[in-house]
Amino acid sequence: MKYKSQKVAYWFFALSMLLLVLQLTYGFIMGFARIGLDGLHDFIPFNTARAVHTNLLVVWLLSGFMGAAYYIIPEEAQRELVNVKLAYVQLISLALVGVAAVIGYHFNWWEGRKFLEIPRQLDFLVVANVLLFLGLILATLFKGKRRTTTALVLSMGLLFAALLYIPGMLPFDSQVTDSFFRWWVVHLWVEGVWELIMGGILSFLLIKLTGVDREVIEKWLYVIVGLTFLSGVLGTGHHYYYIGVNKIWLIVGGIFSALEPLAFLAMALFAVNMYRKGEKRHPNKLALFWTLGAAIVSFLGAGLLGFAHTLPQTNLYTHGTLVTAMHGHLAFWGAYAMIVLAIISYSMPNMTGRKLYLSARGRAAFWLSNIGMIGMTVAFGVAGVAQVYLERKFKMEFMQVQNEISIHFVVLLLCASVLTFGIILYIVDFIKHGRPTDQALEIKQ
Amino acid sequence: MLSKKQARTFFLGGTVVTFLIFIGLTIYSFSKEQDQSNYENITEQVVRGKHLWEASNCMGCHTILGEGAYYAPELTKVIDRRGKGYIKAVLTTPNPWAPNGRKMVAYGFSDEEAEDLIAFFDWIDDIDLNGFDTVVSPIAKEKTNN
Ligand code: HEM
Ligand code: HEM
Ligand SMILES: [Fe+2]
Repeated sequence: MKYKSQKVAYWFFALSMLLLVLQLTYGFIMGFARIGLDGLHDFIPFNTARAVHTNLLVVWLLSGFMGAAYYIIPEEAQRELVNVKLAYVQLISLALVGVAAVIGYHFNWWEGRKFLEIPRQLDFLVVANVLLFLGLILATLFKGKRRTTTALVLSMGLLFAALLYIPGMLPFDSQVTDSFFRWWVVHLWVEGVWELIMGGILSFLLIKLTGVDREVIEKWLYVIVGLTFLSGVLGTGHHYYYIGVNKIWLIVGGIFSALEPLAFLAMALFAVNMYRKGEKRHPNKLALFWTLGAAIVSFLGAGLLGFAHTLPQTNLYTHGTLVTAMHGHLAFWGAYAMIVLAIISYSMPNMTGRKLYLSARGRAAFWLSNIGMIGMTVAFGVAGVAQVYLERKFKMEFMQVQNEISIHFVVLLLCASVLTFGIILYIVDFIKHGRPTDQALEIKQ
Repeated sequence: MLSKKQARTFFLGGTVVTFLIFIGLTIYSFSKEQDQSNYENITEQVVRGKHLWEASNCMGCHTILGEGAYYAPELTKVIDRRGKGYIKAVLTTPNPWAPNGRKMVAYGFSDEEAEDLIAFFDWIDDIDLNGFDTVVSPIAKEKTNN
């Protein structure tokens, strides 16, 4: 740690960890409901659990991205954050808005639009919060001594993510139009601007961990984010095949979304090659595991499994089945959960001065959570493919098929337990690091 | 070899060009001639139905147009498959509805609310889904075969 104000990041990461635990809890509620253990139905029906599960996912990732920015931007810009007090105000308001939304979901205060369930009134608070965050980050960046590509790409990702929230707030009478612009948020986030955030964090970590020259790393960063937008923007069309808009999207969406894996492949090759090339062997191996892991698993989850159902001929049958849930889990995990866990693993020893990265617990956390998540992906995948054949090809009744495939949800729950055990170990490590301290400023990294 | 400046030009150029094409295609597919969502048939009742659909977060269990959750059946073409009477019964019953063991939230909608939702489904059913409707409803399939 080079600047005192970087310590703010710790509290965003702590909030992240807390929300992650809650997210997993609601995942279990849904998993159990799917095998018939739905005792909570009257208090937390499936739609409540789902809204909480997916929204907490987004909020803990955003909190992680914000923490990452508060840690990275001062170091890249070579100055303290412009205003530390306001950063804490932003932290607390983020937590309050998140909590209000989640509590609201238990009392039917929501808008049933997948991933955008936050009611419009609260949306304005979200916007205010994000504006405050962006103001602090951008002011620090532009008052700083230098403006690196890494910092610019990261900030640009955060800025665009905020702008793209707006189309999701517009009201429409038609379900088709509503859905069309919902994807401007959901798709253009995860397959567009969030990749800039991921790329920025990845590039920062690779510079620190491998010692490869910044110029080389940042050049490839441009190539990667270039590929992302080149394929991802028109790739939005893969959500427009079957929702009641023009057939032209079958062609445009089919071609461009099929190219999207290239950006993730480039990310994986880039990370592995920089690691090979690097002369420096940073002692924080754990951070390196998570960093390389994010680049590789995102290619599997987003690139390969995304490609598996992105062609219109396939998507006609898989659209809106458990195949989508299979892909959604590994893609979110590999690309965004793992990169957040990577920056936390890297920054915690620097902020607290405690170098816990040699512990076996950290390694176990990495392997158990990844093995658990891959097992869950397989379980969702088998259930999904069976569902596609039985329901969509052989025209069996929905619930008859669900009963056939419920055994895969037992497997899902077992694998989810392995994942959860890994996450608990990760959080134990997080807690054992203790609080951030100014004494850590003197420690060499 | 590629320089950093060239890499940046690739990024900025690619982004601007694809984004402009994207906007163009969006405008094109919402132009009146291209509309296949029978937009003109959206009545006030359909809009009320849509609001109920959102306020109840039906999408938290069901899919519609293939979007939503995978806990309960796809509702595109549901009128074809079940008929209006059945749907109305499900929506208005104050008792938890649990066909085949999986519970639905007992909304206990009024008659009028149920009608609004049915109007919404009715409108959905006439959207041209580029063939997806034939996948989710066997009856739609028969229609296209004829
Ligand atoms: C990190 C990147 C990605 C994440 C986090 C992600 C996540 C998701 C999620 C959560 C959904 C479900 C959305 C909903 O129904 O509301 C989805 C759908 C989809 N994704 Fe991705 N995705 C990523 C990248 C990709 C890529 C690169 C491709 C293609 C190569 C792809 C192809 C698809 C397709 C075709 C669907 C629609 C499935 C359907 O019709 O039901 N995804 N993705
Ligand atoms: C305890 C572990 C977990 C369990 C048991 C679990 C279970 C589930 C279930 C049952 C669903 C709903 C599927 C449906 O609609 O029927 C779901 C949705 C989802 N979960 Fe999880 N989950 C867990 C952890 C995670 C994690 C760690 C992530 C992200 C990294 C995640 C991301 C998602 C996403 C993106 C969706 C929406 C998928 C879609 O709509 O296609 N989950 N989860
Ligand atoms: Fe997408």
